[in-house]
Amino acid sequence: MNKILVCLKRVVDYNVRIRVKPDGSGVVTDGVKMSINPFDEIALEEALRLKEAGNAEEVIVATIGPDDCQQQLRTGLAMGADRAILVESGDEIDPLAAARTFLALIEKEAPELVVLGKQAIDDDCNQTGQMLAALWGRPQATFASKFELTGDTARVTREVDAGLETIEVDLPAVLTTDLRLNEPRYVKLPDIMKAKKKPLETIGISELLSDLEMQIKASNWAAPGQRAKGVLVNSVDELVAALKDKGLAA
Amino acid sequence: MSKVLVIAELDGHALNPSTAKCVACASQLSADAIDVLVLSDQCSDATATAATIDGVSKVLSIEAIHNANPLAAVLAPQIAAAAADYEYVLGPSTTFGKDVMPRVAALLNVGQVSDIMAVESPRSFKRPVYAGNAILTVEVPEGKKVIATVRTASWKEASSGNSAPVEALTVDAEIPVHTRFVELASEANERPDLQVAKKVISGGRGIGSAENFELVYKLADKIGAGVGASRAAVDAGYVANDMQVGQTGKIIAPDLYMAFGISGAIQHLTGIKDAGTIVAINKDPEAPIFEIADIGLVGDLFEIIPELEQKLGD
Repeated sequence: MNKILVCLKRVVDYNVRIRVKPDGSGVVTDGVKMSINPFDEIALEEALRLKEAGNAEEVIVATIGPDDCQQQLRTGLAMGADRAILVESGDEIDPLAAARTFLALIEKEAPELVVLGKQAIDDDCNQTGQMLAALWGRPQATFASKFELTGDTARVTREVDAGLETIEVDLPAVLTTDLRLNEPRYVKLPDIMKAKKKPLETIGISELLSDLEMQIKASNWAAPGQRAKGVLVNSVDELVAALKDKGLAA
Repeated sequence: MSKVLVIAELDGHALNPSTAKCVACASQLSADAIDVLVLSDQCSDATATAATIDGVSKVLSIEAIHNANPLAAVLAPQIAAAAADYEYVLGPSTTFGKDVMPRVAALLNVGQVSDIMAVESPRSFKRPVYAGNAILTVEVPEGKKVIATVRTASWKEASSGNSAPVEALTVDAEIPVHTRFVELASEANERPDLQVAKKVISGGRGIGSAENFELVYKLADKIGAGVGASRAAVDAGYVANDMQVGQTGKIIAPDLYMAFGISGAIQHLTGIKDAGTIVAINKDPEAPIFEIADIGLVGDLFEIIPELEQKLGD
């Protein structure tokens, strides 16, 4: 392969306990740690391993968002990506708009493989990779736990509800990653220094997309309902009695 | 006239119960008709079952050899073509629906609402975000098709007893050959499916090994429960991936959920929040699972599981 494009999203770090703003206009992100979406880190790791195995010449990381996203792109460069593209957008964009934007990048860069996380842990949509594959008219191999390349064809094992499904796709294709595909590497300090010198290109989103109308409007965020406080029992007998009480045991 | 098209999910040639849950969601959209679309190489089993679901107006089938396995790239263009006269297209928020529905949405050039947990109005829906730590209300503007997945744990299956007509459908769609099915590896077991089981018993890292999971299986079999696991247990290789419960695994809503040796990461808790009663057994009294458990018991699960097995279900 000549090029692999990896699409990243900047999200609230997975360790942060998120809080909904009192006015329901969103979640609190001021002063909150932001990171690369964990599934996208797995996507980048897979691309880097393909390159290291001699299966690709170049790995490009791209994201869409505000200027702050440079941090996550620099982390991607420090992990080993060759260059980065920031599509600058001040507004939140939905998965369809993200897919259309990445399609415009594909048309510019002509990668043979595009890798994304299966879902972002903020909106949990699980849409962008599939939408991108549809707009591109190319295969999608979603929820991947194993990726094997043979020439212009990839054999991908997918985590599905019934077990593990294996499919074969012709490249170019879109791959979305599940948790068990690989374990991403840690970034080392010298790599962070090196990453500062790697190219990071910024493109305004309006150069790629003519209309930015969001089709689905978010109107209100709320905290989820809390479960009532439970009880602690002291023995198996008490547990069995409590279950019988609720009609859950004979 | 507003019509809903529900995309049926199949297990082999049988209808998956997620379809009846999608119909339950569809019935709250004030639509004039709810049709179910079955795509398979042999549709008759699934169409017969779908026709019995109450609320279904008719069942459509596209029977073709290329529909033998649910490949999103193959199904999506056919679904998009079939969707022309429908205001709504719904699929389940299972790996099947998550794979195919966004592809359908993009082909129709519309956004998708993922994981509908409640219908507020015909164009306003509630869905979980941030692993269920916030609930987002979204609106789809008038004049746009609503393409959505239905969060199966939030809906009870629509009742059955109906006898809706079944019709074969032909659509004009180009079938790609760039994506091919190779195989599906499933661990064969006789236990109830996690997503429909009334009782589920799960084990976590605290179980310690694949061998020790036998304890969990024995207890599950005694009370007729399905068996799940935390991500940690799956990652450690104790059990197969299809048993994972949580944000990235299965979201379930059994009447009874019993967690053994699961500490309760938020990603796991999001998969069980809709369970009727949550029981947690863990040796660590500080484990976060106790914060959402209805009944907690602190102790050694290797003593507790055999004792429970003895005392339950007789």
